[in-house]
Amino acid sequence: MFSFCADPKAIEGLQWLSCYLTSGKHIDFYWSFLTVLSLVAITAPSAMAFGFAGATAARAQFLPARALGQVYISMVRGVPDIVFFLFFVIALDQGIEYPKSLMVCPDGAWPWQGLEFRVCPEAKVPLARSDAFWHDAYAFALAVFTFAIVFGAFAANVLYGAMQAVPRAQLETAEAYGMSPRQVFRRILVPQMWVYALPGLSNLWMILLKATPLLFLLGIEDIVYYARELGGSKTQAYEYPHPDWRLWYFLVLLCFYLLMTKLSEGVLGRLAARLSKGQATAAGEAMRKAAA
Amino acid sequence: MKKLLLATALATLGTAAMAQDVVRLGTEGAYPPYNFINDAGEVAGFEREMGDELCKRAGLTCEWVTNAWDSIIPNLQSGNYDVIIAGMSITDEREEVIDFSQGYLPPTKSAYLAATADVDLKSGPVAAQTSTIQAGYIAEQGMTLLEYATPEETVAAVKNGEAVAVFADKDYLVPMAAESGGALVLLAEEVALGGGVGLGFRDSDDELRGKFDAAIKSMKCDGTLDAMIVKEEYFGAAAVTWGDAGKEGC
Repeated sequence: MFSFCADPKAIEGLQWLSCYLTSGKHIDFYWSFLTVLSLVAITAPSAMAFGFAGATAARAQFLPARALGQVYISMVRGVPDIVFFLFFVIALDQGIEYPKSLMVCPDGAWPWQGLEFRVCPEAKVPLARSDAFWHDAYAFALAVFTFAIVFGAFAANVLYGAMQAVPRAQLETAEAYGMSPRQVFRRILVPQMWVYALPGLSNLWMILLKATPLLFLLGIEDIVYYARELGGSKTQAYEYPHPDWRLWYFLVLLCFYLLMTKLSEGVLGRLAARLSKGQATAAGEAMRKAAA
Repeated sequence: MKKLLLATALATLGTAAMAQDVVRLGTEGAYPPYNFINDAGEVAGFEREMGDELCKRAGLTCEWVTNAWDSIIPNLQSGNYDVIIAGMSITDEREEVIDFSQGYLPPTKSAYLAATADVDLKSGPVAAQTSTIQAGYIAEQGMTLLEYATPEETVAAVKNGEAVAVFADKDYLVPMAAESGGALVLLAEEVALGGGVGLGFRDSDDELRGKFDAAIKSMKCDGTLDAMIVKEEYFGAAAVTWGDAGKEGC
C-alpha cells in the first residue's frame, strides 16, 4: 500500500503498524464486514418470506398445506444448526448438480457412488474453470438460502403465534362488516399481528447477526474467521510476525457487534412505537392516553 | 425439443472448455511451513510452491481453494475441489475413503511442545488438532486428548495452560519454540507417524492421480523436490529428504 512497506521486517512502530493494517489479508478482513452485512441484509427479508409462508400454511384450512407448514416449522427448528449447515448445504449443492447432469452429461450415470458424488465436469455448478468470484458467489447464495430456511422456520413460529394473538373480536367485527376470509386476513389480521411478532422477530434478528460465523463451515470467510486467522501468533514465516493478538481482534468484533446491537435496538424501538399506534394493546392504549 | 437443443448447446460448450479445465487444489491454509495464508491473503508455503510446480509439469491449470480441516475430505468427495494438498499423512484409515498419490514428503517426526521440559505427559491433557494422526496417536496411548479445530488453537492451549503439551508435526512446532523466547520448549521425545505426506484424490479420479504421480516422480528424479524441501523458509537443511531412494526407477 505505502512505498515504505516493501520490507516490513526493517520498519518499526507506527510505520510497521500502518503497513500491517493495510496488508492484503487485512483488506480482505475489512471486506468481510461487508460480506456479513450483505448476508444479513439479504437473509433477513428472505427468512421473513419463508416465515410468512410457513405461518400462513400452518394455519391454513386445507390439510396438506397445514401439514406441510407444521412439518417445516417443527423439523427445521429441531435440527441442530451445525448439522444443518454441514449436510444440508452439500445436499443442496448435489440437488442442483444432479438435474443439471441429466441434461448435460452424455452418459447420465447415477452420481452417488459410495461416499462420492460424481457428475461429469460440465455439470458442476459453477464450472471448475469459472472465476473464483463465481465460486464465492455460489457459496454465498447457498449460504443465504440455508440461513433463510433455518431462520424462516423460527420466524414462522413467531408469526404463527402473533397471528393467533390478534384478538378474535377484531376479526369478528371484520366478518360482521361482510369481509371475506381473505380480506379479513389481509386487512385486519396481518396489519395487527406485527406488533405481537416484533419482540420475537427482533430476537431472531440479533441471533442471525451473531450466527454468521457458521459461514465458515460453508467455506465463506467471515469476520470471525479473519479475526482468528489474523490474530493467531505469526512466526517469521510471515511478513509481519507477531504474538497471539486474538484478544485485540475479538475486541474489535465485540465493538462491531455492540454497535450493530445498538443500531438495531434504535430501529426496532421506533418500529415498535409505530406498530403500536392505534392498536388494541397495552402499548397502543398508553399512546392513546398520552396523546389525549 | 427445446431441452434437447439446450442440452446440445451446453454439451458443445462443455467440450470446447474441457481442453482448459481447471484443477482445484484444496488446502487448509493454517499450517506453516506446509501451507498458510500469507499477508497478501494468498496461499503460500512449501505446498504452494510444490503444487504450482506439479501443475506446470503435468500441464494443468490449477487454482487454490481453502477449506477447514474438519470437512476437507467430505468436500473433496462431493467435488468442491479435486485434490487435497494439506500436509495430509498417508494412513490406512484415510486410504479407505480416498486415494493417495505417492508421498511428496517422507514420513516426518511428530513432537511435543510444552511450557517446560519436565511436564508429565501421562497425566495430560495433551492438545492435538482434530482428525490428525497425532490426535489418533494420543488417544491410542491412553493419554488425555484435547482436540482443537486449528493448529493455532492447539499451541494457544499450551500457552494458556489448558493443556500441558501440544503434539504435532515437528516442522510446525520448531519455529513456534524458537520464537517463543523460551516460553515453549520442544520435548526430546519424538515419534515417527504415518506413511509420508501425499496428495489426496477421489477414488474414481485415477487419471488425475496418475498425472500428479508422474509429476511428483519427475521432481524426485531431477532433485528439485529435495532442493525445495531443504529451503530455509520451509523445512531447513536438517530435514529428511528423499535422497537416492527417490531416484529409484528414474
